[in-house]
Amino acid sequence: MVKLSIRNVEKRFVTEDQKVHALSSISVEVQSGEFLILVGPSGCGKSTLLNIIAGLVKPDAGEVLMNGVPVTEPGPDRALVFQDGALFPWLNVRRNVEFGLRQKGVSKREASEKAMHVLDQVGLSKFSENDLHTLSGGMRQRVAIARALALEPEVLLMDEPFSALDALTREDLYVEIQELWQGRGATIVFVTHNVREAVTLGDRVLLLASDPGRLQGEFPVNILRPRHIEDVDVARTAQQISYEMKKGRIPFVGDASTPDLEPGEVV
Amino acid sequence: MFKRLIFFVALIGVWALIAERHVWDPTLFPSPWKVAETLWQNFRDGSLVHATAISLRRVLVGYSISLAIGVPLGVLLATRKWLEDTVGSLVSAFQSLPSICWLPLALLWFGMNDKAILFVVVAGSLVSITVAVQDGIKNLPPTYVRAAQTMGTPQFRIYTEVLLPASLPAILTGAKLGWAYAWRSLMSGELLFVSLGLGQMLMQGRDLADMSQVISVMIVIMSLGLLTDKVIFGSLERHVRRRWGLSIS
Repeated sequence: MVKLSIRNVEKRFVTEDQKVHALSSISVEVQSGEFLILVGPSGCGKSTLLNIIAGLVKPDAGEVLMNGVPVTEPGPDRALVFQDGALFPWLNVRRNVEFGLRQKGVSKREASEKAMHVLDQVGLSKFSENDLHTLSGGMRQRVAIARALALEPEVLLMDEPFSALDALTREDLYVEIQELWQGRGATIVFVTHNVREAVTLGDRVLLLASDPGRLQGEFPVNILRPRHIEDVDVARTAQQISYEMKKGRIPFVGDASTPDLEPGEVV
Repeated sequence: MFKRLIFFVALIGVWALIAERHVWDPTLFPSPWKVAETLWQNFRDGSLVHATAISLRRVLVGYSISLAIGVPLGVLLATRKWLEDTVGSLVSAFQSLPSICWLPLALLWFGMNDKAILFVVVAGSLVSITVAVQDGIKNLPPTYVRAAQTMGTPQFRIYTEVLLPASLPAILTGAKLGWAYAWRSLMSGELLFVSLGLGQMLMQGRDLADMSQVISVMIVIMSLGLLTDKVIFGSLERHVRRRWGLSIS
């Protein structure tokens, strides 16, 4: 069953000194329960696409359908986990997780019970009354995930949620997020620029190229779960994708962004 | 704390020593004991308490008006581009006007009464509160609002449950600044025309050539300012800093 349908989405930005063609006629279908990864170099429009799905950014043309209904505004059925967490420092851990539930009109007691339940799932029930600044970066990002999960969204959107964390914390979270996803059967759209991360987590990896932002390739990942980032199969698939990614970039003498190619590699 | 105590004891000691030696005319340079005596006398006959009550009432009313207008105005200026371009530029123009410059206008409009003084107090504190709230909200990470939107927060609640609490540290700074301005404006206003209050008591000391009264009233004004700054705003700030994790303690 198709959960999300992205149809001919087009987006341009005009900044003071340049025009950016962020997305050029992108069409993607996301199946219900799928773990989809959008990967690509910075500037390829992957985060823009995620924000369009979230309803935070309006496309210039095209549309996003969820369960066949056009997305017009942000909503708790498409919870978004931000790169920096975007947690509220004036609330403690539990109240952060309760925030979205309270907006839905859930009673105080029920919201609190639900919050404690999801905090337990991410292993933070002991810290429910802590202020945010007492937590480590990894713990804070777990709170951000708990806040999104508490809303029981049909689609969970994640915008480079682990990119600011250290490698060890990240590996723990790869395992946790796979377990949470398998336990819930939710649909996840996950944005990253890290190809190995993409292969570790995704059922399917979409490679985006920049300027204009467009689909460059599609890679189904059929490696047994739970996967780890050092698995040989993960590394092999990641290499394929990296190779495709490099092909999509036009080398230019003197351009600092030119990828380092191995000797003998064909451009 | 101990260092501070020693410092003030030494300061009073030097003061007493100079006064004892009659370096200057004692009517112009009274001893600390004389000032303390006047302070105690004015306290006992109720004149000091009365004047303090009048001044505090004025500053509290004026300051409350400034907060009630300044906070919402700051929020609006920060979130409506067209308001910022229009009203915002007027606000910054007013910011460069010392509040006492409003007094002639206030006297013509309201006459020599409490309303004129209140007007000056509001004019002195409103702008600084507005600007602090505006800056506080404009400097927030945009992801706060986006996060709230993705959780289905209605527009009005984004103001009350995200923008306001998120900018609380900045609002507190503005409120503190606003209080300082309100207090200064009130004193200048009270000094300039007969009005009861601490400012007038200070001026009365001058008219009677009673330096001990001048100094004792100055000490009261300073103490009240310090008290609100350290005790009230200090504890509020400590609370906010602890929650936000801004302090290292």
